[in-house]
Amino acid sequence: MKIRAKTDLEKMREMGLKNLYPGQAKISVGMATCGLSTGADKVYEAIQKEVEKAKLPIRVNQTGCIGFCQREPVVDILEPGKPRVFYQEVTPERAVELVHRWVDNEVVGEWLFCKMEREDWIGEDKFWNYSIHHIPKGIDGTPDYYQVPFYNKQLKIALRNCGFINPDHIDEYVARGGYFSLYKALFEMKPEEIIGEIKRSGLRGRGGAGFPTGNKWESCLKAKGDRKFVLCNADEGDPGAYMDRSVLEGDPHSVIEGMIIGAYAIGAHEGFIYVRDEYPQAIQKLHIALQQAEEIGLLGEDILGSGFSFRINLFRGGGAFVCGESTALMDSIEGKVGEPRAKHIHTTESGLWDQPSNLNNVETWNNVPIILSRGADWYSRIGTEKSKGTKVFSIVGKVNNTGLVEVPMGITLREIVFDIGGGIPGGKKFKAVQTGGPSGGCIPESLIDLPVDFDRLTEVGSMMGSGGMIVMDESTCMVDVAKYFMDFLKGESCGKCTSCREGTKRMHEILTEITEGRGTLEHLDLLEELGWVTAEASLCQLGGTAPNPVLSTIRYFREEYQEHILNKRCPAKVCRSLLRYRILSDVCTMCGRCTKACPVKAISGKRKTKKEKGRPFKIDTGKCIKCGMCFETCKFEAVEVQ
Amino acid sequence: MTNDEINAIIEGYNGKGSAILAILQDIQTEERYLPKESLEYVSQKMHIPLVNIFRIATFYNALSLKPRGRHKIDVCLGTACHVRGGGKILEKLERDLDISVGETTQDNRVTLALVRCLGCCSLGPVAVVDGKVFGRLSQDKVPALLKEFK
Repeated sequence: MKIRAKTDLEKMREMGLKNLYPGQAKISVGMATCGLSTGADKVYEAIQKEVEKAKLPIRVNQTGCIGFCQREPVVDILEPGKPRVFYQEVTPERAVELVHRWVDNEVVGEWLFCKMEREDWIGEDKFWNYSIHHIPKGIDGTPDYYQVPFYNKQLKIALRNCGFINPDHIDEYVARGGYFSLYKALFEMKPEEIIGEIKRSGLRGRGGAGFPTGNKWESCLKAKGDRKFVLCNADEGDPGAYMDRSVLEGDPHSVIEGMIIGAYAIGAHEGFIYVRDEYPQAIQKLHIALQQAEEIGLLGEDILGSGFSFRINLFRGGGAFVCGESTALMDSIEGKVGEPRAKHIHTTESGLWDQPSNLNNVETWNNVPIILSRGADWYSRIGTEKSKGTKVFSIVGKVNNTGLVEVPMGITLREIVFDIGGGIPGGKKFKAVQTGGPSGGCIPESLIDLPVDFDRLTEVGSMMGSGGMIVMDESTCMVDVAKYFMDFLKGESCGKCTSCREGTKRMHEILTEITEGRGTLEHLDLLEELGWVTAEASLCQLGGTAPNPVLSTIRYFREEYQEHILNKRCPAKVCRSLLRYRILSDVCTMCGRCTKACPVKAISGKRKTKKEKGRPFKIDTGKCIKCGMCFETCKFEAVEVQ
Repeated sequence: MTNDEINAIIEGYNGKGSAILAILQDIQTEERYLPKESLEYVSQKMHIPLVNIFRIATFYNALSLKPRGRHKIDVCLGTACHVRGGGKILEKLERDLDISVGETTQDNRVTLALVRCLGCCSLGPVAVVDGKVFGRLSQDKVPALLKEFK
């Protein structure tokens, strides 16, 4: 079917609605990478087999990630007249049971994490009500989706479809309002009007720097060139951030629609999506989505009969972090090594193949259709004065609830870490949040009430970056974290600028000295000086922001550095050279598990059995390689780390 | 790979010089690394100086000039995996396989590598074996993981 008019789009919406809400039970397995890594494929298989074998009246479906990645595999069941239920940590065995129970009008309450009675269709400003008249047995006490602490502060704009549609079905995207914004843009708006709307919305680039999107589009529109390009940066390299992956795997069409609208506004006829090599599942989903969009005439010649033509090419990266930098990304597409260029002229005027090029990241493109459907006024009411809309954060590390959360800009770190994230596991003490990836910094506990937006994060020496938030507790060593990022950056620096190539390397060397007990107080001054030079003298922002992890940890955790330097102690018990393992003989139960686990046979003693008395185990510190296996293996906390 | 097979890959990208990265990736998918002869042939066929191809092959982490084993294990050392002990998983694998990261076992079975974030941060520490992701790892789960791949 080719879509040539709005009526065709409406017809497709009808088809999509039948797939979204078939007149029977539908069971969906979250099969994004996070689901697959915990065995969602086996769960899917088990359900499919069982449904076929027992001839159950259930449709088996797959979907993306609903954000609560920690509880994967997540399976949801939807049936007319009943509340939608979400199961967590499903195994193939559990899956078989919950399917049968459902047919018997029953749920397994303790495996559920929430239920849902209506679904937010944010693009169209309405809720899709499940009109419930039938309550399955065992559901009492299950909290509602919108009440669960993990979700109740969230506002899902970018993640609107993730976990609710099958990413391989374009009609399901259309059913929830997809591609109607494209229609509006092509037939009801002039390019200048679209750009005006984006400018008024206040949308800023979600890739890190936060440049106003509308302004970027405008300068690209005004730039003169034979060809213009629209690019999508899906080279999500910041470790700890994975919202782009989730959007591409769960809702690829939202990005494609945004790009077509952008291309029309700017006057581009060719586009590229640059995806990380490390995201095979995202590449596959994009491939399918692009093909579908082409087949029905949403990409290619004469889109929707408007006369406008646009094509998107998929470009697979080569595993280089620096290629997330705009000019390096463009060089990479041109078939060169991805080294940043000097930006005397903006890429909007001279970018890919020296033509005007507009690059935005996945989340930015994904926001575009919603801004057109709901309007700039609505969008700009969300967020803070200078940071509008929502931002997706991946809240990971030492926190109870890990996953993707989308919140209005301006929410405090405390709300994200403690209300949504549920605080720190194991009763440990919160220490810091690392934001902005290797370009960002560590924000200490004293700033936990900081409202999160582009400018406030920069003020405290960190940055928004792409939205990774790594929570750290008292068992995370800040010197080690700084060393970790320098190790990362020295490996990923392209080597073009001496300041970055040598600066990151030297900072890493100094941090290694400190973590191994050879640090001096002068090292701290040297680190600050090196950091300053690296930032000032490097061409691109990889070098320009590289010292942030070091400088922010020195700024907020100087005492911890001093402890390493002066007392040769790592308070978090991470820096191996400064640690010593010991078995407490009065706690040791003489079970012998540690000696079996020890890879270097450094533990001696005698196992206690019914016949023999045994002898408490002991570590030979000369042999010990401090791998921590004994500490992890001991069930009685008899191994002490000093 | 035969020259005909390489020709087919190049033609798949209409012989465009800008597709050099994709062409090298496709060759690597077949060979598990980039053999010298293949690079020389690509250079000659596409009229790209060998030094440029070599530069690309050494710049991108995804490309390897060294032969790789039948299986490839990538241990994630993204920030979230790092703070949750990804480094210990890597060390355990190094000990159990008796190789260092970046090396291949003598029997050519496994190549051990590290990767900076796979985007499965919620489930760290994470490793990927031949494209299949394993989450929630700990040192004691490593032997079972290794048994799955002969």
